Amino acid sequence: MTKIDITLTVNGEEMTGRAEPRMLASDFLREVLGLTGTHVGCEQGVCGACTIRLNGATARSCLLFAGQLEGADVTTVEGLGSPRKMHRIQEAFRRHHALQCGFCTPGFLMTVAEILETEELRTDGDIRDALSGNLCRCTGYEHIVRAVRELVNERDGVTA
Amino acid sequence: MKPAPFEYLRPGTLEEALVALDHDDAKIIAGGQTLVPMMNFRLVAPERLVDINGIAELSRINETEGGIRIGALVRHAQAARDPLLKNAFPVVADAMRHVAHLAVRNRGTIGGSLCHADPSAEWPLLISLLDGGIEIAGGSGTRTCTPGEFFFAPLMTDLADDEVLTGVVLPRLPAGTGMAFDEIAQRAGDFAVVACGATVEMGGDRIVSARLAFGGLSDVPVRMADVEQAMAGATVADIAGAVAGCADGLEPNEDMHAAADYRRSLAPVLARRVLTAAAGRAGGRE
Repeated sequence: MTKIDITLTVNGEEMTGRAEPRMLASDFLREVLGLTGTHVGCEQGVCGACTIRLNGATARSCLLFAGQLEGADVTTVEGLGSPRKMHRIQEAFRRHHALQCGFCTPGFLMTVAEILETEELRTDGDIRDALSGNLCRCTGYEHIVRAVRELVNERDGVTA
Repeated sequence: MKPAPFEYLRPGTLEEALVALDHDDAKIIAGGQTLVPMMNFRLVAPERLVDINGIAELSRINETEGGIRIGALVRHAQAARDPLLKNAFPVVADAMRHVAHLAVRNRGTIGGSLCHADPSAEWPLLISLLDGGIEIAGGSGTRTCTPGEFFFAPLMTDLADDEVLTGVVLPRLPAGTGMAFDEIAQRAGDFAVVACGATVEMGGDRIVSARLAFGGLSDVPVRMADVEQAMAGATVADIAGAVAGCADGLEPNEDMHAAADYRRSLAPVLARRVLTAAAGRAGGRE
């Protein structure tokens, strides 16, 4: 199949890459644009490791084709922060040991960024429910929930 | 885990989409939350993929004369937040909470869910419960189907290969009608083992009319006509008796998630909960 030029905005910057339309968006971000922060786990929409923001809302990038990204506005984990200048969500994960191997972490970070904007998250049960689309095989989720709880309290002006 | 090659088309209008579908092996992609995994597994390998995400008119929710029209491209998350739907059919938001996970709800569409016709899915059940009219456009014009006409079996519907499901019209229910939805699933976001929705209209302490629908009990969503008839003129105290054994005549699927007997036994439990909740909400009493 012939490759096409795909132009999109990634983390605020306009980028163009050449790929077959059938390439998975997760592969396009990693292999064509070189943004390897987005991780690829199951490639069937189950694990959540490849979660990105697409036009503002989280989406699994393994369930999108590169051709569909033409004109899109994408945020990847690279758009959150960097090792030298971490985003407060990344800081909270570090502080609470909310990761061990780190494979699932980019997906969690992108999901947490969205739910802090869109969900009330009154209880830890609400947090677990909102995170249920992201799988972690190391932490048992406990420390992830603690990190998110702290971020929610910060957001809501609650002092624990 | 990578899809087979395909020709990718992204029509900007419904007319262009219908032209693009005039092909031996074309498939529509909307949210892609079911189709893309199937393509990644190469269970399906269409030669041509027609992406309808650019057709803005399909993404709207608006009031019509007798009800509310939901465009086929409306995402589950959008439907759950929509003020028109929240007001007229709060049961939609109740049901959307059970659809997979956040990122899937952000992408998956009502049209895709109806076309996929999974018998456990929430939208087919809701459209059956609410007597939705399913709008279909084809080369020779448009038509409207009832849920009974539309759903044949899992993955099989009345939609032809060269047609597009464009939306659903939900006829307005009498003011004060109570609605409820619940389901049993093994984990949050899993497909329901059995799902149940109900509407109840009350007059004083009596039930004037009620509707009851299930997913997961048959090849297609089912309405329980016998229970609905028994509920007319009954009281809330009569619900448990009326729903006892309501699924005994049905032949649910047996699969790794549940045995047929277990599914049948869940039906009256869910029916009682959901009808009672709907009655409690009727007449704005909640």
